[in-house]
Amino acid sequence: MATYDIHNYDVLVIGAGGAGLRAAIEASAQGVSVALICKSLLGKAHTVMAEGGVAAALSNVDERDNWKVHFTDTLRGGQYLNNWRMAEIHAKEAPDRVRELEAWGALFDRTTDGKILQRNFGGHKYPRLAHVGDRTGLEMIRTLQDHSIHQGIDVHMECTVTCLFKNNGRISGALAYGRDRGNFKLFNAKSIILATGGIGRAFKVTSNSWEYTGDGQALAYDAGAELIDMEFVQFHPTGMVWPPSVKGILVTEGVRGEGGILLNKQNRRFMFDDIPELYRNQTADNPEEGWRYTQGDKNARRPPELLTRDHVARCIVREIKEGRGSPHNGVFLDISWISDKLNNAEDHIRKKLPSMYHQFKKLADIDITKEPMEVGPTTHYCMGGVRVNADTQMSNIPGLFAAGEAAAGLHGANRLGGNSLSDLLVFGKRAGEYAAKFAKENSQENINDEDVRAQISKTLAPFERTNGENPFQLQYDLQEMMQNLVGIVRTQEELLQAKEELSKLRSRYRNVSIIGNREYNAGWHTSLDLANLLIVSQAVNMAAIERKESRGAHYREDFPNKDPQSGTYNLVIYKDSNGEMQIRKEVIPEIRNDLKQIIEEMK
Amino acid sequence: MDKLLFQIWRGDAGSGAVQDYYTNVSEGMVVLDAIHQIQAEQANDLAVRWNCKAGKCGSCSAEINGMPKLMCMTRLSDLPSGQAVLVKPMKAFPLIKDLVTDVSWNYKVKKQIKKFKPRAPDAKDGTWRMYQEDIDRVQEFRKCIECYLCQNVCHVLREHELYDKFIGPRFLIYAASLEMHPLDTEDRLGELKESHGIGFCNITKCCTKVCPESIAITDNGIIPLKERVVDRYFDPLRKFVRWILRKK
Ligand SMILES: Cc1cc2nc3c(=O)[nH]c(=O)nc-3n(C[C@H](O)[C@H](O)[C@H](O)COP(=O)(O)OP(=O)(O)OC[C@H]3O[C@@H](n4cnc5c(N)ncnc54)[C@H](O)[C@@H]3O)c2cc1C
Ligand code: SF4
Ligand code: SF4
Ligand code: FES
Repeated sequence: MATYDIHNYDVLVIGAGGAGLRAAIEASAQGVSVALICKSLLGKAHTVMAEGGVAAALSNVDERDNWKVHFTDTLRGGQYLNNWRMAEIHAKEAPDRVRELEAWGALFDRTTDGKILQRNFGGHKYPRLAHVGDRTGLEMIRTLQDHSIHQGIDVHMECTVTCLFKNNGRISGALAYGRDRGNFKLFNAKSIILATGGIGRAFKVTSNSWEYTGDGQALAYDAGAELIDMEFVQFHPTGMVWPPSVKGILVTEGVRGEGGILLNKQNRRFMFDDIPELYRNQTADNPEEGWRYTQGDKNARRPPELLTRDHVARCIVREIKEGRGSPHNGVFLDISWISDKLNNAEDHIRKKLPSMYHQFKKLADIDITKEPMEVGPTTHYCMGGVRVNADTQMSNIPGLFAAGEAAAGLHGANRLGGNSLSDLLVFGKRAGEYAAKFAKENSQENINDEDVRAQISKTLAPFERTNGENPFQLQYDLQEMMQNLVGIVRTQEELLQAKEELSKLRSRYRNVSIIGNREYNAGWHTSLDLANLLIVSQAVNMAAIERKESRGAHYREDFPNKDPQSGTYNLVIYKDSNGEMQIRKEVIPEIRNDLKQIIEEMK
Repeated sequence: MDKLLFQIWRGDAGSGAVQDYYTNVSEGMVVLDAIHQIQAEQANDLAVRWNCKAGKCGSCSAEINGMPKLMCMTRLSDLPSGQAVLVKPMKAFPLIKDLVTDVSWNYKVKKQIKKFKPRAPDAKDGTWRMYQEDIDRVQEFRKCIECYLCQNVCHVLREHELYDKFIGPRFLIYAASLEMHPLDTEDRLGELKESHGIGFCNITKCCTKVCPESIAITDNGIIPLKERVVDRYFDPLRKFVRWILRKK
């Protein structure tokens, strides 16, 4: 029987992206002992890949911006399913969280008067995204990482959590294995923060890495926490489509923020053809006005390329479906055209979008300063996640917190670009603060040795089987199925078919077998991640069946319109006492009067 | 579809050998794609690190046909056509398994470098003013994705194994990014000269050549740092002036 080491901490942070790092920094600043665990090496979490920027109403570029505008933009983008209290806190606190990074060494691009520069992004009324070229996430994670290493936080890297423990209804700890040797570690903790990121690996075409298998959502669900908004999966409109091996890799919205336009094969700027009512007043009605907007003309309105992601993605799908797509089943994204407008366009593009330039040059033999890119939608972000209290980030399990992409509420039916990096900072900090407080006020709950051993045997079960399912093949089949049946455009029939398929995949999963030993065994790791992917896929599918309307990122071909009644609730997913997945509607609490007034004023 | 031979190092700290795998290759493929395909179809337990698949995270460093590279940014079409591709782990770090090495030494080194210490804020609201031209250089260093390929090729580490005397090019430019940060007030020159061992670097520029982020590690980072160290500790006139100043 496998043994395990025991570690004791006040606060355990699972995940070392922006949310986890910020949480760990805050918790340790409160004087409690903190451990930080991550599946990859420190500094390699998804946050490192973020490109475009972090949204905060600093009003450095346009003085008309303030938290109220950011707040209303966020709700409009989320089609009013957002947790309005979270949206309020987020808009108010994001500026301080961004400035704080500067005090820790971050170097954002500058305005001519020496302040943090901000750029335009979809759904944001004013230029709001603080950025560093198109490598903002790298700047952010490195700043947090380099700050955190001097804070006395214990880091366990390449260490994966496989289950959470509870006692007396409260969280008590977590079990993990080290990837290098396959050794088990038990963490006793008074509070735990899940900052494990998203679920993008449930789909075939994705901008997400191997890490995004919905671990946090599944761990929380298994422990009895509620998930919310799982039907809302963001498909980013612009991923690479060619060559096949790079399909899904992200092309930042920053390209459009800097003036990039979308064209179909007839060279038509098709985004002008369909502008939603909710945004008509804010959208340019001709290309000239759109260009002026990207160049900072305060009297101009945004070009339709900068409408929200759900809408742009659907327009692209329409063009492709109706036969107006590019050669490799995408559409064209062109930034090179700005040479008609600027003399130093090529340098300008390289300076503003260096990693996009590099990425296309290296991986697709395309020089984006001279020719258009081919792009199409890619799975990008999960609006849904662990349901948390807006102020404290605690779930319905005392002592279990969640922050960042793993948590839900802020983004509603659709996330605005840039609102994730700010989410990580604002709610990472809050989670750290309240988890530390909880740890100070509560004692350590007990964990039974038997329970730990039972979990360890479960984890090792795939080694006992021979000639079973190949975990990689199973993961591939799941991704293919989710892509085809639960993707951007959904119908009842396909969703029900997906339900059947999921149940078949679950039984196949029980027969997964592994070759080799426990040392850095990718097959074993994949098999354990699969359990989580199956849970979150089921949750996405169940919620997608239940929401019989189209709203934000959730598009039902059989119910193509918004249904006012469906706009009054969120869908909550939980495990019943028989271990079955259940769903219920939960009415969104009435918005506070002062906030309602703000929304009215901004209409 | 064509099949191509990949010779991949398999094994752990104890023992190992290069093993042959044939796999289908198609247009646009990078080395990491082939490794993944082999892992999924023929060798489920093959150990390899990756995250972004787009040259942004610095996880997938390896030696491809003897050249230190990111596997996700090395296209098969850039390698000699039709010839076997040899993939081995980085040599300068202890092996864990297959293509995965123990890079924890790098994390320990970083901790020894004194942290960022900003001057008092410039404005009443607690913010600073900095101009783009003053931060361009430091932003270049901050592009580093910590792939440690430069550490892997530096002969001071790779051949002479001076891990306890020399922090390596990655951390010299890290120190440079702090020293040249317009807001920083800390002084790291003493450590650079002594415990960080900047003197061991003899400017061969091997590090710069392999940097996937094209950071001019030597010219823009290490050489200016060396000059600062020399100015402080070896320039007799300056030493004299400082001595006079101190006496005042
Ligand atoms: C290519 C790309 C570009 C993006 N650009 C932007 C942008 O410009 N602006 C913006 O706002 N957002 C952007 N996003 C979204 C944003 O980057 C992510 O939503 C955000 O970084 C998530 O941060 P996080 O801290 O929640 O999780 P991550 O940074 O993903 O960190 C998750 C952590 O959890 C760990 N983990 C997961 N499971 C386990 C487990 N079982 N045990 C232990 N550890 C575990 C992982 O190892 C990792 O350390 C982008 C996303 C992508 C993919
Ligand atoms: S220039 Fe210096 S740091 Fe770089 S490889 Fe040569 S000796 Fe090492
Ligand atoms: S300096 Fe370049 S080669 Fe060295 S670790 Fe950073 S990115 Fe890699
Ligand atoms: S996988 Fe991120 S750099 Fe290669």
